[in-house]
Amino acid sequence: MSVLRSSFIRDVVWQRLRHNRMALVGAFIVLVMFVMAAAASLSNLDPAAINISQSLLPPSATHPLGTDDLGRSVLVRMLYGARISLLVGFVAVGISTLIGIVCGSLAGYYGGWIDALIMRFVDIMLCFPTFFLILAVIAFLDPSIWNIMIVIGLTSWMGVARLTRAEFLSLRQRDFVLAAQALGASDARLIFRHILPNAMSPVLVSATLGVAGAILTESALSFLGIGVQPPTPSWGNMLITGKQTLGSAWWLSVFPGLAILITVLGYNLLGEGIRDALDPRLKE
Amino acid sequence: MTLLEVKNLRKSFRVNASLGRPAARLVAVDDVSFYLNRGEILGLVGESGCGKSTTGKLIIQLQKADSGQVFFAGEELTHLSPRQLRTHRKRVQMIFQDPFSSLNPRMTVGAILSEPFVIHKLAPAREINDRVIELLEQVGLSPEHAQRYPHEFSGGQRQRVGIARALAVEPDLIIADEPVSALDLSVQAQVINLLKRIQQERGLSYLFIAHDLAVIEHVSDRIAVMYLGKIVELTSAAELYKNPRHPYTEALMNAVPTPDPDHPRPAALTGEIPSPINPPSGCYFHPRCPYADQLCRQQAPPLSELGQDHLVACHHHSKVGKYLLHKRPI
Repeated sequence: MSVLRSSFIRDVVWQRLRHNRMALVGAFIVLVMFVMAAAASLSNLDPAAINISQSLLPPSATHPLGTDDLGRSVLVRMLYGARISLLVGFVAVGISTLIGIVCGSLAGYYGGWIDALIMRFVDIMLCFPTFFLILAVIAFLDPSIWNIMIVIGLTSWMGVARLTRAEFLSLRQRDFVLAAQALGASDARLIFRHILPNAMSPVLVSATLGVAGAILTESALSFLGIGVQPPTPSWGNMLITGKQTLGSAWWLSVFPGLAILITVLGYNLLGEGIRDALDPRLKE
Repeated sequence: MTLLEVKNLRKSFRVNASLGRPAARLVAVDDVSFYLNRGEILGLVGESGCGKSTTGKLIIQLQKADSGQVFFAGEELTHLSPRQLRTHRKRVQMIFQDPFSSLNPRMTVGAILSEPFVIHKLAPAREINDRVIELLEQVGLSPEHAQRYPHEFSGGQRQRVGIARALAVEPDLIIADEPVSALDLSVQAQVINLLKRIQQERGLSYLFIAHDLAVIEHVSDRIAVMYLGKIVELTSAAELYKNPRHPYTEALMNAVPTPDPDHPRPAALTGEIPSPINPPSGCYFHPRCPYADQLCRQQAPPLSELGQDHLVACHHHSKVGKYLLHKRPI
């Protein structure tokens, strides 16, 4: 093995994550969600199979989580909902994290008018009440799942940009960055080898928490009827379907609601576990 | 032969009040000039905040000077573009004060030490490994240390890694910015000895920055004493110890402790270092100086030649020495 191998992730972070019980719970929840999404994709169950004669049945052996007003299996619909939530969470956060890192890095590394321009734009974006901005934009576009992901991504990158910029500002003046600069390292090398890897832990944590936020936003949009459109199932639009029959058929909204709660909790636990594991000063 | 010459170097920082209104200028380095010969060690000493680290960063072009010039081996550095500068980088290197922030915590020591070879394409990829091991051995570490991360090392070991990194590009000049002041006393001597050994083996020049004379005494050929951004005395180490001509140098010498109970206690300089944002009138040192009189309050003394290679900036340099605690050689 070469002495030049340089993988902090492989050596330290994974070890630490494995010893953090709460992070493991979070990782398990996230994993379960992936399995649910995969099960939906692999199975040939139809989430839109209507069977009026079996409508509003409580949980039973044939329908473990009951059926809805059209006789569709809540379990099958939730599996497909997991797929939507996962997709929205990752794509939206991917977009926002990418934009945030690029903007924050440029602002923090180069400073001066580039910094002023980018950060004032961030301030402007933060002035909009994000949720209503999304509502307004979705009202103009058609409420497809892709539009929702893009709009959530484009309206949630400011926090990441600020975090990244703050990390860059402080790391830019650290001795190890100055040392690399004195060695003749290029801007790209300074940014990608020295500053960015050390700036990633708060960004990674914020991205993990951001997945939870994006899932919540999608659920809320779907709940209001301008998110994922029926008959495509999402946890949010299942909640609203269940709302009318909450008194008589609690399983329609309780299970999707619990799924949202547990998923958000899982991502939060995982995010905090990652934060602790990535801290190089922390010794076990 | 002159390796480095610094002429009238000046650097000030803007101090902002609320809402980014410029409030004042802090002059960190004020008209500093000196030279450094090849193979020589120049000590730069002064209290915290007197601009010695800034001087180092101006020379190595980590900060841009407001005015003044830096000649390295005859070439002026302050006007080079970042691209031109990059090729010059490997001739001057820096060792940092804090060994806990001078190494990238996400890179192994091997990766840190191989970077100079990669940046300047100093060795083909398959040889880099051997070169890294060679460097580690030169600074008293062993090859297996290459696979470890900085947080697994002690302060002294980390400082050795920092020295190895500076040596990788085979520089002509190393700026050592208080390289031992963060280390334990016992480790200080080891690191100083390492620095001296390397200097002798390679014929390097050092600009050795320190905040007291105790450390610098044993390493320097010549010593420059800095106070509030200005050089107040500059002469050979032997001359400075025998014949200090600036009251501030005198005070620094009195502050060096000696391991002898019969000796006069080290005397700390009274008074705070004045704010460089709002420096005193006349000679910057007059509020703390036992020799100060009316002239000192009104007129700043120029740095003038006293004798053979002895520069001093004091109106009353002939009187200085009255308060010097005479110490027996140990």
